[in-house]
Amino acid sequence: MTELSAQRATPVSAPSTAFVQVQNVVKDFNGFKAVNNVSVEIAKGEIFALLGSSGCGKSTLLRMLAGFEVPSSGRILLGGKNLAEMPAYRRPMNMMFQSYALFPHLTVWENIAFGLQREGQPREQIQQRVEAMLNLVQLSKFAQRKPHQLSGGQQQRVALARSLAKQPLLLLLDEPLGALDKKLREETQIELVNIIESVGVTCVMVTHDQEEAMTMAGRIAVMSEGRFLQVGAPGEVYENPATRFVADFIGNVNLMDGKLTVDEVDHCEVQCPDCVHYVGHGITGTLGMAVSVAVRPEKVRLSRDKPEGRYNQVQGKVKERSYFGGFSIYHLQLPSGTIVKSTQANTQRHQDDNFTWGDEVWAHWSDSAQVVLPP
Amino acid sequence: MNPSLALESAERKPSWLGRLFSGRHLVIALPFGFLLLFFLLPFLIVAKISVSEMEIVSFKDLLTYQDGVLSISLKFSNYLFLLQDSLYVRTYLASLQYAAATTVLCLFIGYPFAYFMARAKSSLQPALLMLVMLPFWTSFLIRVYAWRGLLTEGGWVADAIVGLGLDQLLLAMGLISSPGKLMHTPFSLVLGMTYTYLPFMILPLYGNLAKMDLRLLEAASDLGATPWVAFWKVTVPLSKAGIIAGSMLVFIPCVGEYVIPELLGGPETLMIGRVLWDEFFSNNDWPMASSVAVVMVLLILLPLALFNKYQAQAQERR
Amino acid sequence: MSSGNQSNTARWFGRGWLALGFAFLYLPILALVIYSFNDSPLPNVWRGFTLKWYASLASDTELLAGLWLSLKIAFMTACASVVLGMLAAYALVKYKLFTGRTLFGGMVNAPLVMPEVVVGLSLLLMLVSVQRALGFPERGMMTIWLGHLLLGVAYATVVIQARLQDMNPQLEEAAMDLGARPHQVFWLVTLPLIAQSMVSAWLLTFTLSLDDVVLSAFLSGPGSTTMPLVIFSRARLGLNPSVNAVATVIIVIVAIGVVLASYLIARGERQRQQELAAAGRH
Repeated sequence: MTELSAQRATPVSAPSTAFVQVQNVVKDFNGFKAVNNVSVEIAKGEIFALLGSSGCGKSTLLRMLAGFEVPSSGRILLGGKNLAEMPAYRRPMNMMFQSYALFPHLTVWENIAFGLQREGQPREQIQQRVEAMLNLVQLSKFAQRKPHQLSGGQQQRVALARSLAKQPLLLLLDEPLGALDKKLREETQIELVNIIESVGVTCVMVTHDQEEAMTMAGRIAVMSEGRFLQVGAPGEVYENPATRFVADFIGNVNLMDGKLTVDEVDHCEVQCPDCVHYVGHGITGTLGMAVSVAVRPEKVRLSRDKPEGRYNQVQGKVKERSYFGGFSIYHLQLPSGTIVKSTQANTQRHQDDNFTWGDEVWAHWSDSAQVVLPP
Repeated sequence: MNPSLALESAERKPSWLGRLFSGRHLVIALPFGFLLLFFLLPFLIVAKISVSEMEIVSFKDLLTYQDGVLSISLKFSNYLFLLQDSLYVRTYLASLQYAAATTVLCLFIGYPFAYFMARAKSSLQPALLMLVMLPFWTSFLIRVYAWRGLLTEGGWVADAIVGLGLDQLLLAMGLISSPGKLMHTPFSLVLGMTYTYLPFMILPLYGNLAKMDLRLLEAASDLGATPWVAFWKVTVPLSKAGIIAGSMLVFIPCVGEYVIPELLGGPETLMIGRVLWDEFFSNNDWPMASSVAVVMVLLILLPLALFNKYQAQAQERR
Repeated sequence: MSSGNQSNTARWFGRGWLALGFAFLYLPILALVIYSFNDSPLPNVWRGFTLKWYASLASDTELLAGLWLSLKIAFMTACASVVLGMLAAYALVKYKLFTGRTLFGGMVNAPLVMPEVVVGLSLLLMLVSVQRALGFPERGMMTIWLGHLLLGVAYATVVIQARLQDMNPQLEEAAMDLGARPHQVFWLVTLPLIAQSMVSAWLLTFTLSLDDVVLSAFLSGPGSTTMPLVIFSRARLGLNPSVNAVATVIIVIVAIGVVLASYLIARGERQRQQELAAAGRH
């Protein structure tokens, strides 16, 4: 990691009190390191997301928290206590599984009561608690049904109720919304977060869906190949990605490669094949070094006339236009062949007022829109 | 519940003895021990007896230590006898041949059967499956016995075959030795075995074919294959696992089959299962019977290994 | 896999083949049943309708004694097979790595195909050796049971293993996550879910034991003749209408059982489908 990315490096210590501490955890499967030296601290009451594509190690890390896998090395602490030899059934955390894993031979009521019964709680107490949970997820009428008699969304709510029934210190969510379709997902995201926050439980979730992570989590850890690439609030990760990978992984991005030509305290310039970037902040680097400049498409504005000045602008031809109803993504082809994407809201109802294929347009952005990254 | 109380210290590791008798070890040890004791050990004993000298009611020791000399006496004469006696050799070969014939017939009848079952209307399939299972659940002994009635002179099938003149065809093929007499012939034997083992071929094939993704055939058709071509190039290769399973489930037990040759076979259809039985029960020659058994096992070792491999693969694939 | 785009010829060919196949399978059964009512000791010569062969069953002490013995052995075999089979299946599915696993897998599968004469002989020889050395066991009901158990464990393992493998492993993890210790996970979650396969295995091994000839012959002693052995010795001698009568009784009982079971299973499936469809409408 060069100094550039070091600036936006993982802030290991969380804001207030660290509740969950992962220290140098490694999980080795016969030489393959699924989790490769991960450290992070999670505060009480936080909703923390592990984001990455499949195979990046996020599920393995979650399973180590739950107790289904044992770390090859490193420690996991909860409230200061080492979880090392503690088997899953002793840990004060509960998991909501991707497949919901509702017991098919038990009713909804019995599913939720299962964990409470294992603790040997008295019957009236269990009754009260189960009813409270059913109310929380609004499934009181379905108490006597069996899982196969419920829809997908209802099953998910039962799974959530079951995982909260024991008032766990830590709630683990494994791809909570993976099985739902888009519309249902959007509604459920908000609902889920509301319930979790109302209960106040600390939550670690695993997902490959960036939208999910950004909407639901207070902090996100972007994972790849067993390592954390960046940890931060959604806005932080989106607007200040630490590496090319992170910039590219989250949302859409334009990455333009070039050379650092000017480096001052309050600004710097990067020379790219098609344009010159004037970046409104200084960076630590050496003149002449290769860098990538990242600009998010929504920060790239289009105009038919050439803007003033000579920085932060480029001319291109509209090669593609993807129409999404509320907005369109324009792909501009620059003289050098590079494609620059620009997202524009469709503010006009009539198509002809918007840009279209073949148009020669100017793309421009402000000097605060760029992030300079190592190549 | 006070949350902080929930965080107990880590469990102590159980003692050495505790770990020995852990749940996991018991779960494995019980069936493993049972099989070692009552499946593997008997085989080893059979092997030992096959090279032992029989003395009236007991066996001479294989290892004797006398005057400072350790001698091992292994009596191989039984095996030599087996290999040299043309009767035994022919019987072994015949057993393999009958088993192979039965397997081929079962495949020939059973594959289309399973195929059309799998392709029938899905609402009909459970009923069809039940109809195939029903004979399987009724005693095989009485069904084999029934064939005696059907094939003796005057029986329905016998009459039908003679009436259609098919017995001349069977005579020409060498499956019967005199016209009209269908019982106690290679014909009745293979018929009986095919009948008994047919469900063992149909069920794995059906299981395999029913799970096949029909869309593969649609893709083949889309790429220009006629149904006939698609059948041979797509369906059959995909059902290979089922074919192997079914074939092994038929072939291997058929080699050593006793009851069917006894009830439906005759003097000219000697099978090794009957030989073993006779050596044991009629001749009381235990070492001989053991050698016959050992050679039989060696003969089916290869198909047995194949079957085992298929079973292991089938488990992994799930 | 269901019909789809089959040509007409293919469809009729299929129906014909299935019809012939079923005719082949059921022909002997039909013959057995019909001739059990034949008023003539000579088979294949129809002389008239009679129930006398059934009547004689009631006083056929040899057969009834054999039946009673067979039922006892079959019951014990089924129970023990299911227990051992479940342990074996659990070991094979849950414990992917232990010393001797391939040997174990091989030994569990082998009795499925191994010729019974070999199994019977080897088990008998071992029992005889043990008897010579320790004075027991005497050949009889227990030794027959042992042989049937060997076969039964193999079949039970296959049936239960199939179901165990299909079970979602996350269900057991969920149970552990909710505080159930490993043995509780087994009794509260695993067992209920494989219960149906255990019942199938029980029925399968019961039938197998009831029907077994070769193993019983090798392992029986004086006074322990099972029903199949009685039938077998009679069948060897020739055609015997009393055998037809017994056979028909067996067929009827089994047929009722299988049809009932299939109906119940099919109805359960239909109910599920309806419930699933109803739930999906929310």
